[in-house]
Amino acid sequence: MSRTAQSLQLWRWLFVPALASIVATLLLAAPFRLFGLGLPEPVFAMVLAFSWAVIRPSILGPLTLMVLGLFDDLFWGGPLGLWSLALIGAYGLALSGRSLMAGQGGVVMGAWYAAACCLASAIAYVFATLTAHAQPSVMAVIWQVAWTIGLYPVVYWLTDRFEDADIRFR
Amino acid sequence: MAFRDSPFQAIKTPLTWAAAAVAVVVAVVSVALLFTDHRTATRAGAYGAARGEFDEVMEPVTNVVSAPVRWLSGVGGSTGAYFFAVRQNQDLKRQVQELEHWRDAAIALKNLNLRYESLLKLRTEPPIPMVAARVVSDARGPYSDARLADAGSGSGVKIGNPAMSEDGVIGRIIGVTRTASRILLLTDVASRTPVLIDRSNARAILTGDGGPNPRLDFVRGFNSVKDGDVVLTSGDGGLYPRGLPVGVAARDYRGIWRVRLYSDRAAIDFVRILIFDDFSQAVSQAELADSVLPPLSKDEQAQMEAARAAAMKPAPTLTVGPAGAGSSSPAQATPTVAARTRLVAQGSVDPAIAAHAATTAKVPGHPKAKIPKGAYRPDEVLAPTPQQPGDQPQ
Repeated sequence: MSRTAQSLQLWRWLFVPALASIVATLLLAAPFRLFGLGLPEPVFAMVLAFSWAVIRPSILGPLTLMVLGLFDDLFWGGPLGLWSLALIGAYGLALSGRSLMAGQGGVVMGAWYAAACCLASAIAYVFATLTAHAQPSVMAVIWQVAWTIGLYPVVYWLTDRFEDADIRFR
Repeated sequence: MAFRDSPFQAIKTPLTWAAAAVAVVVAVVSVALLFTDHRTATRAGAYGAARGEFDEVMEPVTNVVSAPVRWLSGVGGSTGAYFFAVRQNQDLKRQVQELEHWRDAAIALKNLNLRYESLLKLRTEPPIPMVAARVVSDARGPYSDARLADAGSGSGVKIGNPAMSEDGVIGRIIGVTRTASRILLLTDVASRTPVLIDRSNARAILTGDGGPNPRLDFVRGFNSVKDGDVVLTSGDGGLYPRGLPVGVAARDYRGIWRVRLYSDRAAIDFVRILIFDDFSQAVSQAELADSVLPPLSKDEQAQMEAARAAAMKPAPTLTVGPAGAGSSSPAQATPTVAARTRLVAQGSVDPAIAAHAATTAKVPGHPKAKIPKGAYRPDEVLAPTPQQPGDQPQ
């Protein structure tokens, strides 16, 4: 068991990270530009979509992800349901591969996380194209995916904190 | 019977499968939401009550959250201005010298324009009232580019109103609550804006794709766009007034025409929302559909008949309807143009159908030279009518 492992109390591994994700999204939505560049806009909920599936399977996980996805859609003014669908795609990939990830090092888990981010973006790209009848800019998608993958240290910290809290879910 | 003795005690739902099942349900619900969402429609109610309530709640929250960022931005701007004051001063002096020439030209042109307008009795656009608003949140992702502004229906803002920064057009309002409004930027993947090229007057559609420079699609004309051409709103469709500054045309590395937006020069913090009622919003579509045209006066009728007759020479014959089918005598089988015009004026025939018939009849043997069934009785309309004084011989 990791030295920093915490007990799997619902509020600790589910609600507090969800709240933190909302606050981070709010903060980075400030209209601020420095040297002509705006703030990055990573999808913070992607961290949770991956980590929650790895920490333990749960019915509340996908439901909370749906709420977070709808929050992102409403807050960013995007098509309703886009990010809840994309996040669920990432959650599904992590859930299906969690037995393969067990016992692997940080690099392997990072690769899985990057794959989950790419899958979620692919889903969002396809459905955004279908609903808007126009293809989003690939460069803009890559930019956002890169920033989201850059959040991997948070994923590692979160899973390390709760992964071994209950050996039934190993 | 105690629960531990129940046969259901042995039934255990595997947690992974349960989570997967919930994920599938969430995915299905999300897809259903996606295909029933009409966030960018201009009709009332399309934005949705949930979005409106959410924006109403988020406006004060994001206002508070962005306050320190605004302060920081102000401090950064002041610091930069302090350190680059000399250079800025030189630049501004040079710009003032250049702009003085343009100011004189603008005054002369304005005077000349007013003179032409009065001579030609032109109906010019009335001045458009504006509402100033502060942007309190910012979405810049590839799938949504939108801003939340702190002015809503309480300030007179309505869905469809254009929004501008101090540099140029930024987008239009897609959702309004009492205190907040959502602006869909020109760069959003769902944004389509009719624009024109100032130099060639060519029309195009500005299509957002989530990147900083939206595409110019459906450009009319041959070689009608050049690098550096100024792009303005065309006013087609009525959502935007004509002539608002949008940006400058530029080719990307694939050769696609894009627009470098004027509004991209600085952060969009304050915006002006134009309280612009386009024609489709100003009129009642129901009243338009139900209204009956007033009858023409005799003079108007004679003028109209003469103009129609002149335009239709050599006069074609309609080859449809029971009376016209297989008839060897067009004079007996078809009405005159003037008679058709008269029927339209009297309200006996739908003008659209008459126009359709006139158009298709111009081409001999036109495959679509037939009148829609059930619209009216062909024998009633196409039967020869007595010659009127204004009728021209076929």
